[in-house]
Amino acid sequence: MALIPELAVQGAQMVLVLLLAPLLTGFVRKVKARLQRRRGPSLIQPYRDVVRLMRKEVVLADNASWLFRVTPYLIFAATWVAAALIPTFATGLTFSWTADLIAIVALLGSARFFLALAGMDVGTSFGGIGASREVMIASLAEPAMLLIVFSLALVAGATQLSTVAAFMASPDVGLRVSLGMSLIALVIVAIAENARIPVDNPATHLELTMVHEAMVLEYSGRHLAMIEFASFLKLLLYVSLVSCVFIPWGLVTSGARPQLLLLGAVTYVGKLAVCGILLAVFETAIAKMRVFRVPDFLGVALMLALLGTLLLFVSRSL
Amino acid sequence: MISIVALLLWGVAALLGTAMLAIAVSRRDSATQLVYGLILGIAALVFLAVSSHLVGDPAGVSAVTLPLGLPWIGAHFRLDALSAFFLVVVNLGGAFASLYGLGYGRHESAPHRVLPFFPAFLAGMNLVVLADDAFTFLLSWEFMSLASWALVMAHHREPDNTRAGYIYLVMASFGTLALLLAFGLLAGPAGTYTFDAMRAAEPTRFVAAAVLALMLLGAGSKAGLVPLHVWLPLAHPAAPSHVSALMSGVMTKVAIYGFIRVIFDLLGEPAWWSGVVVLFLGGLTAVLGILHALMEKDLKRLLAYSTIENIGVIFVSLGLALAFKANAMPSAAALALTAALFHVLNHSFFKSLLFFGAGAVLTATGERNMEKLGGLIHRMPLTSFVFLVGCVSISALPPFNGFVSEWLAFQAILQSPDLPQWGLKVMVPAVGGLLALSAALAAACFVKAFGITFLGRPRSAAMEQVREVDRYSLAAMFALAALCLLAGILPGLVIDGISPVTLSLIGNRMPVQMAQPWLSIVPIAESRSSYNGLLVLVFITISASLAAVVIHRFASHALRRGPAWGCGFPDITPAAQYTAVSFAQPIRRVFGTFAFRAKEKVEMPPPGATGPARLTVEMHDVIWETFYQPIAGAVGYASEKLNRLQFLTIRRYLTLVFLYLVTLLLVLALWP
Repeated sequence: MALIPELAVQGAQMVLVLLLAPLLTGFVRKVKARLQRRRGPSLIQPYRDVVRLMRKEVVLADNASWLFRVTPYLIFAATWVAAALIPTFATGLTFSWTADLIAIVALLGSARFFLALAGMDVGTSFGGIGASREVMIASLAEPAMLLIVFSLALVAGATQLSTVAAFMASPDVGLRVSLGMSLIALVIVAIAENARIPVDNPATHLELTMVHEAMVLEYSGRHLAMIEFASFLKLLLYVSLVSCVFIPWGLVTSGARPQLLLLGAVTYVGKLAVCGILLAVFETAIAKMRVFRVPDFLGVALMLALLGTLLLFVSRSL
Repeated sequence: MISIVALLLWGVAALLGTAMLAIAVSRRDSATQLVYGLILGIAALVFLAVSSHLVGDPAGVSAVTLPLGLPWIGAHFRLDALSAFFLVVVNLGGAFASLYGLGYGRHESAPHRVLPFFPAFLAGMNLVVLADDAFTFLLSWEFMSLASWALVMAHHREPDNTRAGYIYLVMASFGTLALLLAFGLLAGPAGTYTFDAMRAAEPTRFVAAAVLALMLLGAGSKAGLVPLHVWLPLAHPAAPSHVSALMSGVMTKVAIYGFIRVIFDLLGEPAWWSGVVVLFLGGLTAVLGILHALMEKDLKRLLAYSTIENIGVIFVSLGLALAFKANAMPSAAALALTAALFHVLNHSFFKSLLFFGAGAVLTATGERNMEKLGGLIHRMPLTSFVFLVGCVSISALPPFNGFVSEWLAFQAILQSPDLPQWGLKVMVPAVGGLLALSAALAAACFVKAFGITFLGRPRSAAMEQVREVDRYSLAAMFALAALCLLAGILPGLVIDGISPVTLSLIGNRMPVQMAQPWLSIVPIAESRSSYNGLLVLVFITISASLAAVVIHRFASHALRRGPAWGCGFPDITPAAQYTAVSFAQPIRRVFGTFAFRAKEKVEMPPPGATGPARLTVEMHDVIWETFYQPIAGAVGYASEKLNRLQFLTIRRYLTLVFLYLVTLLLVLALWP
C-alpha cells in the first residue's frame, strides 16, 4: 500500500504548516525588534497569544449575526487548506492535484470575501472602512496575482504548483526577464495581501489607514484566535509560495525515503528563516504609505506581472 | 411516435395557450396561482424532454417544418445539441421564475399586466432557440422583445419606467434591424432563408466581416455588450423581479445563442481577427459593467450591471474560441467554448437567484435603494443565506460554480501563446488581465451588495417590521442555490453535458471528465492543471469542523453580548455606518477618474464656523455621453427642423412633391 505513507506525508504537511505558522510570525517580530534595538517578545509569543485568546470569553456585539460567528472558522479553514496545498518541503503530495495555483488564489479570495463581510456585520464605521479598503487593495492585488500565475504557468507549462516547482528546480528554466518581473510582483502582492508595511501595519491597532485590523476590530476571544491564526497561516503560505517557486532547491518528492523528507523539512525551515529575515529588514527600512498611495504601489505589481505575461506571449524563452 | 421537436412545439403552444387563458382570467384572485402553476408544469416538462434528449441521443438532430409564416418558405424548427443546451437554460430559468412567481406574484399590483405576457415571453425565447430559418428566427426574436417590453412596462406609472421602456424599444428595434440585415447578407441574392442553405453557402470575406459586425450589433445589443448596453440597466430592474431574473438570466443567453448560432454554425470558418474584435469587446464589457455595478446603490440596477459584466466574460471565452477555431486548434477551441457555455449556465443560475433575492427584499421592505436597507440578516435569515450563496457564486469563489467557468476561461487563455498572429498574442494577455480585474472587482461588488443590504444596522425605521418571504419564493431560491453548489462541486457533469455542443460546432470536445478519478476536472493533463471542487469543499468542511471541535474541546465557552466596541467610539446613529456610496469610494478613487471622469469636491466651512462640510461627487456615464447624447441631439435637431414641413401651404406641398418626383426620375435615369 503506497497510499498510507503518502497520506502520512500529506498529513505531516498539514500539521507542519499549522505548527510553523505562529513561529514564523514570532520570528519576523523578533528580528524586527532586534533591528530596532529592542529585545522584542519571545519567539513563541504568538502561540501564547493564541492560547490566551482561546481562554478568554467572547464579547459579541449586540448586532452581530450568525455570519459573524461562522466566519472565523471559514477563514481559518480556507487558509489552512490553501496553505496545505502549497508544496512546502515535498512536491507531488497525494492531494496536490485538488487545486492548482489559480484555485489557491481563489481560496484566499474566499477567505477575504468573508472577512470583509464580517467587518461590515456589526455596523460600525471602522468595519466599513476596513472592508472597503480591503476590497480596493484586493481588486488590484488579485489580478496582479493571477497575471503572475499566468507567467509561471506559461514558463512551466502548468498551473499545477507541484509541476511548476519541479520545473523551476530543473536546469531547463534558465534566467528569464519575465520570471524576474514575476518575482518582484509576487513580493509586492504578498506584502499587500498579508497587510504588512508599507501597505498596512500589523503591529498597530489605532491608525487611520488601518485595513485588516479595522475589519477584525469587533472580534474577541476564540474568534479572534482563529482569525489571528489564519493570518499567521497566510504569511506562511505566501513565504512558502515564493520559496517553492523561486528557491525550489531542496524540495523532495512525496515518495522519497523518510531521511530525505526530513532533510527537505529542514531545508524548508531554513528558507522560511531567510525569507523572514528579508521581510523584517524590508519592513524596518520602509515607511508606511498613505492609503491612496497603495494603488500606485500595487499598480507596479500589476504592470510588471502584465509585462511579464506579455513577454512570454511574445517569446516563450524570455 | 411524435418527434422531439414536435413535442417541444406543443410545449410552446401550451405556453401561448396559457397566455390566452391568462388574458381571460387575469383579474380573478386565483389567476396568479393558476397561470404560474401551469407555466411551471409546462417548463418543467419541456426541460425534462430536452434533457432526456440530451442524455439519450446528444448528437441527434430532429427537425420539423410547419406550413406557417411566409407561404413559400414555411416555418422550420430544429433541435440539435446547441439548441438543446440553450433550451435547458431557458426552461430551467422559466420553471424557477414561475415557481418564484407563485409566491411573489401575489404581491403584484397589476397582475393583468404581467400574467399574459410572462408565458408569451417564455414561449418567444423557446421559439428563438428552436427556429431553423431566418424568418421564424426574426419573428420569434421580435415576439420575445415585445413580450419582454410589455413586462418592463408593467408598472408604467412608476417614475423612470416609461423612459426605460422607450429606450428598450428603440434599442430592440435597432438590434432586430441589424439581425435582419445580417440574415439578408447570409441569405444572399438567392434569398435562401433556411439555416441549412446558409450553412451550405460560403460567404465571401467581406460578407463574413459584415455579418460579424451586424451580429455584434444585433445580438450584442440584446445581450448588453458595451457600448450597446445602455438600455439593460434601465429595463431589467424596471420589470417585476421574476421577470428581471428571466431577462437577465435567460434572455441575454438567448442573445448569446443567436451569436453562437450565426458565427460558429452558419458563417463557416472564422477569420482570426474576429477573435480580436470579440475579445476586445468582451474585456471592455466585463470591466466597465462591473465598475458601473460597484458605483450603483439600487440593488436591482447593481445586478443588471453585473449581468453586463458576465456577458463580457462569456464573450471573452467566445472570442478565444473563435481565435482557436480560426487557427485550427480544435481542442483549445473546445475548451474555450465549454468555458463560455458553462458560464452561460452558471450565470442563469446565480443571476436568477440574486434577482429573486432582490425581489424578496423588495417585497419585504418595499425598497430597492441599499442606502435605506441594512440589518436584514436578522429579519430574513433564509433569504440572506441564499443571497449569500448567490454572491459567493457570482464572485467566482471556490467551491461554487462561478469559479469553475472562470477557471476554464483562464485555462483557455493559457493555451493561447501558440496562436500565430501578433494581434492575438498581444490582445489575449491584456484581456486575461481585464478578466482577472473584473473577477476581483466582482467580489468587491458583491461584498458591497450583501454587506450593505443584509449586514450592519437597519438604516431606516421601516426595517423593524420586515418579515421573511413566502415559501414558494424560498423554495425557488434554495433550489437555485443548491444548483450553484452542485455545478461547482460536480463540474464534470456539466462539461460532459456541453461536449455534444462543442463536438457539433468545433468538431472536438474536452476529455471525458466524469471518468476522472475523484471527479476532478482536467482540461488537458493532470500534471498541467486540475481542479476538484468536491474535494475542496470536503477539505474546507473537514478543517473547519476540526477547528470547531478543537475550539469546543479546549477553548472557553463563555460568551457575552454587549454593545459594539468600535474603538471606544460606538456610533450612535446607524447613519454613521458605511453606505453603498462610501463603500465604493476607494475603488472610485482608483478607477473612477478615467471610467467615470469622477470628481470629488469638498466644501469646508471657514475655520471656526460650525456649519456642516459638504462633499459632492460628480460622475459621468461616459458611453452615454459620447455615443448616445449626440445621436439623441441630432435626432432632436433634425425633427425640430423638419417640423416646419407640417405647416406649409398646399402650394408648397405640391412643389415639394413635384421636386421629389423629378429627383427620383433623375436618379432612375442616371442609374447605370
